[in-house]
Amino acid sequence: MSSLVTRVRLKQIELLLQKGKRLDERGLLDYREIKIEQGLIERAEGSARCLLGKSEVLCGVKVETGEPFPDTPNEGVMTVNAELVPLASPNFEPGPPDENSIELARVVDRGIRESKAIDTEKLCIEPGKKVFVVFVDVYVLNHDGNLIDCSALAAMAALMNTKMPNYEIKEGELKIKQGYTPLPLKSHPVTVTIGKINNTLIVDPWLEEEQVMDSRISMALNDEGNICAIQKGGSGYFTPKQILEASKIAQEKVAELRKKLDW
Amino acid sequence: MNDKPEKLIDKKGIRLDGRKADELRPLKLQVGVLSNADGSAYIEHGKNKILAAAFGPREMHPKHLAMPDRMVLRCRYHMAPFSVQERKSPAPSRREVELSKVIRESLEPALFLELYPRTGVDVFVEVLQADGGTRCASITAAALAIADAGVPMRDLVVACAAGKVDDTVVVDLYDAEDKLGAADVPVAYMPNLNAITLLQMDGILNHEEFEKAMNMAMDGCKKIYEMQKEALKTKYMVVKEVGEE
Repeated sequence: MSSLVTRVRLKQIELLLQKGKRLDERGLLDYREIKIEQGLIERAEGSARCLLGKSEVLCGVKVETGEPFPDTPNEGVMTVNAELVPLASPNFEPGPPDENSIELARVVDRGIRESKAIDTEKLCIEPGKKVFVVFVDVYVLNHDGNLIDCSALAAMAALMNTKMPNYEIKEGELKIKQGYTPLPLKSHPVTVTIGKINNTLIVDPWLEEEQVMDSRISMALNDEGNICAIQKGGSGYFTPKQILEASKIAQEKVAELRKKLDW
Repeated sequence: MNDKPEKLIDKKGIRLDGRKADELRPLKLQVGVLSNADGSAYIEHGKNKILAAAFGPREMHPKHLAMPDRMVLRCRYHMAPFSVQERKSPAPSRREVELSKVIRESLEPALFLELYPRTGVDVFVEVLQADGGTRCASITAAALAIADAGVPMRDLVVACAAGKVDDTVVVDLYDAEDKLGAADVPVAYMPNLNAITLLQMDGILNHEEFEKAMNMAMDGCKKIYEMQKEALKTKYMVVKEVGEE
């Protein structure tokens, strides 16, 4: 944020925003081009790649068996992990996950979990003992801003592409049978991120805007259009009025994203 | 622990712990509780017991993290292993890393970062006992610790949550309501600037419920804000009395 170049850029972006324009010639409430491809990784039970402009996220889903949590013995388990792979940006470094990748994973996780997207009760094999565990791994391949929306789309597309192994229980032993069934889904949340630059709200901030923006707010909406997760980020603030405006914008943008998921 | 009550709110609108929908838990705020920190605060918010300490503005360590044009704020939110029902490993969890980040981002808008280039302020928050809503209580205490350290601020930051329990929007959820309720919306707020510096949500709310929850949380913030100011004044009133003798 503090380098001289970004400050000059900020001035330029601010001047453009006053005229309702953006550096990449989009409207204030426009998304960049979205492309989603499913099933690219044969080894994974589900996979998808999402391109949001030049931002690129690959998401793989692995389904394994494991133990349920003691407080939810009849439910399968879902975990989300995010990797900011060093090849995606000169600012990403190898090593244990930093706060940015942890936040990204947890925001994607919250959208899927709180909307009850996965019907976890159908993932139970033997109550209290054995359930299916769904690992959602978000792999950022190119960082050009708004990784939250891009990752949430990729994760949802990958889950919609996920096939579960068929099984039967013989004498207490789990036997995998031939064939697959789709992962049981109850909802298809999508996440809309809105950035704030100098009191102007913009949808889908890309890298240059992200580097100068005050703050962002991400909202996940479920199939009914209700809000199921929110995360404010960045070191600026929002007025209550701006938040309600952002929530309206999010509601308007949802249909467009959902169409990309073919839902 | 596993027996879930059927209703979290009775017919008269009274919650399990005896509160009304818009009633906060009892709060106790104290400033200047640690002698080695530049500023410190202790909060008891319901059964939450949280200590916050601020150090700085001081030289950044390690030095390469210093910014040439502004101050760096660092926050660490940490839960004591004995603060929850089942022992929590003292190693930072993913939840704590995320909360440290959002707490920092909720405090930054209150500070004049650009006035203290090359320096750093460190804020350490230790949750000694948790009972739901620790991130909010942590922010309330951390803002007091920073103010107590004498770092100029645009306003105090105060935080409070609201949420949905049994189809009713209520303020300041405690542990059981947080776990069994339908939604939780923590809000951090600077009342004088009408600025929201933290907003998160989990659970499902429609837009009307969300707006109501946000407003309820902000009303809760305003009440706690008065207590924050009182706590700061109290510390210096004691000093004055000693000086008068």
